[in-house]
Amino acid sequence: MTGQDRAIATSAERPAASNAAEVVDVGETLRLSARRRERLMSIGSPLGLLLAWELAARFGFIDVRFFPAPSTIIGVLIELTRSGELIEHVAISLQRIAFGFLLGGIPAVIIGISMGISRPMRALIDPLISATFPIPKSALLPFILLIFGLGEMSKVVMVAIGVFFPIAINATAGVLQINPIYLDVGKSFKASKWDTFRTIALPGALPFIMTGVKLSAGIALILIAVTEMVGAKSGIGYMIWSAWEIFAVPKMYVGLFTIALIGFAVTFLLREVERWVIRWKPDV
Amino acid sequence: MTAAQGKRPAKIRIKHLIKRFQSLIAVDDVSIDIEEGTFFAIVGPSGCGKTTMLRILGGLETVTSGEVEIAQPKPGRPQYSMIFQGDSIFPWMTVWDNAAYGLRMRKAPADEIKASVSMWLDRTGLTRFAKLYPHQLSGGMRQRVSIARAFANDPEVLLMDEPFSALDEQNRTILQQELLRIWEVDKKTVLFITHSVDEAVTLADKIMVMTASPGRTKMIIDVGLERPRNVLELRNDPRYGRIVYGIWEHLKDEVERARV
Repeated sequence: MTGQDRAIATSAERPAASNAAEVVDVGETLRLSARRRERLMSIGSPLGLLLAWELAARFGFIDVRFFPAPSTIIGVLIELTRSGELIEHVAISLQRIAFGFLLGGIPAVIIGISMGISRPMRALIDPLISATFPIPKSALLPFILLIFGLGEMSKVVMVAIGVFFPIAINATAGVLQINPIYLDVGKSFKASKWDTFRTIALPGALPFIMTGVKLSAGIALILIAVTEMVGAKSGIGYMIWSAWEIFAVPKMYVGLFTIALIGFAVTFLLREVERWVIRWKPDV
Repeated sequence: MTAAQGKRPAKIRIKHLIKRFQSLIAVDDVSIDIEEGTFFAIVGPSGCGKTTMLRILGGLETVTSGEVEIAQPKPGRPQYSMIFQGDSIFPWMTVWDNAAYGLRMRKAPADEIKASVSMWLDRTGLTRFAKLYPHQLSGGMRQRVSIARAFANDPEVLLMDEPFSALDEQNRTILQQELLRIWEVDKKTVLFITHSVDEAVTLADKIMVMTASPGRTKMIIDVGLERPRNVLELRNDPRYGRIVYGIWEHLKDEVERARV
């Protein structure tokens, strides 16, 4: 009803053309407003939850020691941002994730594609991957700390191990689904091994590799949080853990909120990267 | 029958070629000489091993016995380029990059690549589409890119494997005419595989008809229609009809045999 009212109001504001034009106009505005209503609803539901939470905390329905009011959390968030502490933790965590992605992702692409191109490589490496893939990566943490110590390397390696598997497995699958005719074309134009990799296998497998990268982003976030909780003196995971140790509950929430925000930002970024990288595909 | 020995040297020579896949004999003792500048077509029922022969020449299959030979090119130039059946241009490359592929793979100098690609995109009417990706083109346009890619590579001989079979009739007719037009420029030696008798007669100087599996030489005929040819005018030419009819007379038993 309100949508319709608005629609009529907007079309009335414009200089009236013909009746037919007006009818079309109203229909279009109605559809738009339905979409806008949906968007409002999806923004509204988290805001509504925050509001209910705030009120429940203010009026003592929930224990603010465990569930501090959103306004309190936002206050701490601002404070931590101003002091630079939050930025510092976020920066170091992002740096570890980035290095981990490079350390795990580059070999994953090379090994994954080689496995896709060459049967012997597949026979050689596939059993190793199948055997190690099911190990929960977080269970490797003590071992990694033992080998690489408490420094930066152990965090980077944890992320690298986590991102390696989805990217390598997807790269292999990506090569295997390339239409064999493209490999024939490469052969008939005398493409070298390196050229076949560079001009056919890699670009052909890229849509699958990007799926692997997106999956890896989630895994990397989990692993960096866990790793920093145990063996670090910095980073967003460390911040959450140390806040728990001193019972600074609002700070814990700030950490959780920040990590969720990083996840959101990374997903968005990767989707844009994907869109650019595989712009040759008809449906991206 | 074998091809008459002409004055010009043979660019493609096939001697007693046999190709077996396990127990199946795909090609059985085929010998052909294709002279320089000849547009040579092979027609035969499906499964007669004609594509296999082309793939052997293109280095994509090995021979069981016999010999195939393509004349050595001048230094720095490739022996052959292939045009494939169906979509074979890389969807992840622009039209320009696809057309430049062969030249880049043989590390041609940058200015040669640029000159050759722009010339062939122009001749195939693709200049406007140089920056587009294949999914933005129609099937006919994509096959033009495939033709440009092969010609731009400037090979000694061209190997074409039913390049127009996936196109609708109108596009096929248009592309046949365009192929004739661009081929006339320097009359490279062509080996053209097709299952269409009309297409073979329209395009070729010589046609080899193959038997159904196992694929043997049934006959080789000289088309003898003068060039340049007009694809539409040809259909109105009584000689064209006679040649097509003549080939069909020989082919119909083979097609029947291939069905059982």
